[in-house]
Parts: sequence; structure tokens; C-alpha cells
Amino acid sequence: MTAETATPLAAAAVIDAFSRRHRLHWAEAIPWVLMVGAYFVFPDYLALGAQVLATILFGLSLDLILGYAGIVTLGHAAFFGTGAYVAGLLAAHGWGEPITGLLVAALAAAAVGFVSGAVVLRTQGLTLLMLTLVVATMLYEAANKATPITGGADGLGGMDVWPVLGFRFDLFGKVAYWYCGAALFASWIVARNIVHSPFGRSLTGIRENERRMHAIGSPVFWRRLAIYTIAAGMAGVAGALIAQTTAFVGLGVLSFDRSGAVLIMLILGGVGRLYGAFIGVPLYMILQDQFAEVDPVYWYFWIGLILVLVVVFAPGGAFGFADRLIRRLRRRAR
Amino acid sequence: MSEAALETQGLSMSFGALRVANDIDFRLEPGARHALIGPNGAGKTTFVNLVTGALQPSAGRIMLAGHDITRLAQAQRVKRGLVRTFQITALFRGLSVLENVTLAVGERHGVGGDMLRPSGSRRAVIAEAYALLERLGIADEALRPVKELAYGRQRLVEIAVALGLDPKVLLLDEPAAGVPSAESGTIIEMIERLPTGIAVLIIEHDMDLVFRLARRITVMVQGAVLVEGPPQEIAADPRVRQVYLGEREPA
Repeated sequence: MTAETATPLAAAAVIDAFSRRHRLHWAEAIPWVLMVGAYFVFPDYLALGAQVLATILFGLSLDLILGYAGIVTLGHAAFFGTGAYVAGLLAAHGWGEPITGLLVAALAAAAVGFVSGAVVLRTQGLTLLMLTLVVATMLYEAANKATPITGGADGLGGMDVWPVLGFRFDLFGKVAYWYCGAALFASWIVARNIVHSPFGRSLTGIRENERRMHAIGSPVFWRRLAIYTIAAGMAGVAGALIAQTTAFVGLGVLSFDRSGAVLIMLILGGVGRLYGAFIGVPLYMILQDQFAEVDPVYWYFWIGLILVLVVVFAPGGAFGFADRLIRRLRRRAR
Repeated sequence: MSEAALETQGLSMSFGALRVANDIDFRLEPGARHALIGPNGAGKTTFVNLVTGALQPSAGRIMLAGHDITRLAQAQRVKRGLVRTFQITALFRGLSVLENVTLAVGERHGVGGDMLRPSGSRRAVIAEAYALLERLGIADEALRPVKELAYGRQRLVEIAVALGLDPKVLLLDEPAAGVPSAESGTIIEMIERLPTGIAVLIIEHDMDLVFRLARRITVMVQGAVLVEGPPQEIAADPRVRQVYLGEREPA
């Protein structure tokens, strides 16, 4: 037995190392430095930048359920769309205050997440995948049919979004950029706290071995429903941001394309790392832009090809690739 | 008659016409070292799944320290001290050894659902998990991912996770399965050193291990209890020999 040889000092060192894991690493400042820097470097692209930031938030919310809880979904746009329509309808019917609009949108999306999650999370695997798709499709068709409320296929216009904290949304997207950036930052703090909390670690446990989580007395269903609800609320914020900053909501916010694209973005960046969306979303958008220029009709084919190559040759996305590269360099340096 | 740590009365379950558990009456005394043996397909694992709540019986009752737990969910049974290990190692392979045990200890203390504080800030929970690793002699690998450990040591982590739940009744499903015989000695020692307050039921194929650890043995065949008694009686029982003949060497 080696038990007696471990000194109290060694024990304290191990426990210290273990309990320091959640401390901030300097590299975690990079996305925020880039975000602020981009504002000054690309003043002509701030409107696009705001969209990118909101989409990163959407990807971050997906990472919570896919990367941490291991719930594969093809219907995450259901919550994004719910948030977008709720924020849009509020602004179109006399309540244009953006921050309360954001909160109401988050609550509505979380409610949809809770109710649909209570049903779909009782299933697993392919059934779960299909049911998430069904929920999003049902909402899409409901929004499509409810033309008097949502504007149907024409989209919801006539939104009057009031200034945020006294700053009027401008044509250049300056205010929109900071507004989306602030929402992303706040949500990132929430997400980061969650994944490092015992609750977040138990989600990782469920992903790693659900059977064992049952066997250690963890209420697996409720844990999954809780994170599904939180992620839905966060996706709702992302949808609301897009609605408020563009003053328009189209059916596309609920579409399968939207659910699929965010999944691809996250896979490109790296799943289950909290930062996958920060790399994956810009990467996807750049690729989309480049491919559409070269091949306006079939650009989606090239995105698909890249996705296949990533899954086969760089599992773990850009982050996984960087990990392996660093490990190889370190080994060579030794 | 004193209260059993765990008791089943008329426990039955069928998959269609196939009876996988047939009217099982079973008693596990407080502090017992009891083995459940039987040929492949005898229904040992089904019995464990019924008792722990992974499966629902079609008839019968399960009592834990005198309380009926037949209708309780798996997690609630664990909270009452009914804990199992797995025949095929069921750990969080990508997580460190310490985290595997910390998750279990945290759930027992009811802090597993806390979203507000970082898990690293709960030093008492972590220290308790670490102390368990020291007890099992695997503290030197505390920070390594479980998947990097030798299989024999993974089996020890398997037991550590269960002990982290402070069990009153511990069901060990083939604790030494797949472990080279040179290492299985460590596992047997570990089980021998378990506190006497824990009632232990070992489901096992390895007869050496059974006869070394168990003070009582139950033999199952085709979903039913064939015979129960102290090891010498079981070893001498002609019915048991007959069941095992052709399946494996008699012990």
C-alpha cells in the first residue's frame, strides 16, 4: 500500500491544485481584447460585428447543452426564434425598451425550453435528436401560419426599439456592437460560473457516464432539464439581440438552417470548451463569405466539405487542433 | 428476528414469457459479507438492477433497513445508503480520479446541484474525497484522468466512488472482473478492510474470492435462489456442484 507514504504536505498540494482549476487563465482575456480591438480596427463592419457577437452567444448556449451535458439537438433555433419574436413583438407593440425586452425574451425562451425539455429529455439518442427537430419545426410552422401576429413569411417589421441606457441605435452599429458585446460578456460570466460549479461538473459526469451518475444518487433528469432551460434562455437573449439590433424578425430565426448552422459553427470551433463558439462563429462566417464569393450557388457544399474534413482530421475543431499542435511542439522541445 | 440491512420478498420480473427473477426471497444481515453466485445468465445482475432501482420488478417488495423502497427512484435509494459498483468499470473516464470521487461525495452532501460557487471552493468535500483515495492507496494518481490508469487501479476507483457515498449496503458487482490475478489480491484486501458497519453483497464468478471473503453464499440459477448457506455447506452441496459442472471447474 502506498497510502501511508503520502505526506500531508503532498495531500494539501494536490487538493490546492484541484481547487484552483476554476481560476481565470490569462488566455481567457483574448476574446475580449479582440472584441474591443475590432471596434477600432473595423469601424465599417460594426453592424456585422454585432451579429457575430450575438451568434457567438447563440453558440455558447448550445455548448452548454451539447458540450457539457452531451445533449445533441437539431432544434436549438426554437429558443433563438422564440427570443427574437418576443423581443420583436414587444418593440412592435409599444414596449421598445431593449434591456427589459431582452429579459422578457430570455424568460419566454427559457419557458419554452423547460416545457419542451420536460418532454424530449425523457428520450435519448436518435429519438431525442428527432424530437428537438420536431419542436423547432412546430414553432416554425406556428410562426408561419400566425401571419396576423408574426407577419408570417413576410417577417415582423414595424419595430420601434428605444435607446439603450440613453444611447440611440445608430446606422453604423456602434451602439449595437457594445450592446451585443455586453450581453455576451454577461452571459459568458454566467456560463463560466455554471460549468465550474458542482452542478456544471455533474453535467460533465452525465456526459461521461450517465449510468454512474444515477448510481451516485444524482437526479440526472432534473439536472439536464435545468441546463436545457438555462441554455434556452441564453439562446433567447441571442435571438432578441438580433431582433432588436436589426429591427426585423424573419421566419429564418426558427429555421432548421439556423439550428444546423450553429451546430456546425460550434463543431468547427470545438465542443465543450466554452470558447468553441468564439472561434467557430467568426470562422464559419469568414468561410461562408469567401466561398460565396467564389461559388455563389454551391457555397454550402464547401462548408460541408470543410465540416467533414474537420470531423475526420481535426476532431475537437480548431481548439482540438491547436491542442495537438501545442502538445507536439512541447514534445519536440523536450 | 433482527432487522435485515436489505431484504427482498417475492421479487419477480419477466421480459414477456422469460422470467428473469422468480420469486426471490433474500436477506442481507447488517454487517454481512455475503456472496451471490451462479452460472452465466442466472439473473445475478438483474437482481442487482432490481434492488438498486435500475429496473422495476413486476411483483415483490424490497426493504432497506425495514423501509419499503420498492417504488423509490434510484437516486433516492442511494441517498438512503444503498450503493453499487459495476461489473464493467463505469467511471467518468475523462475526469481525474479525484474528481470522480468528489462528484460522489458532493452528491451525498447534497451540493451536487449548486450552480453558484465553483466546485473547487468546497475544500471539505475535496479533502474527504482525497482521504478516501489515500485509504485505497490510489492518492498518488489523484490528478490523472481515470482512463490513463491500469485496469486494476480503475477497479479501486470504482470502489472509492461507491465508498464516497457512505454506503450502509454495498453491492459489489464482480469487483475483480478483468483484473490480472496478481492485482486481484489488492482488491480482496480492500474489501476485507471495509468497515464492519457496511453490509456487503458480492456478486462474483471468481470462487477463490468468494470463499475467501464470504461468510454466507446464495446460489442463483435461472432467476431463482437455488440454495443458501455458509461456504462449507455450499461447497459440499451436490446441487451446486451439478449446476457448475460443465460450466466451470467446481471450486
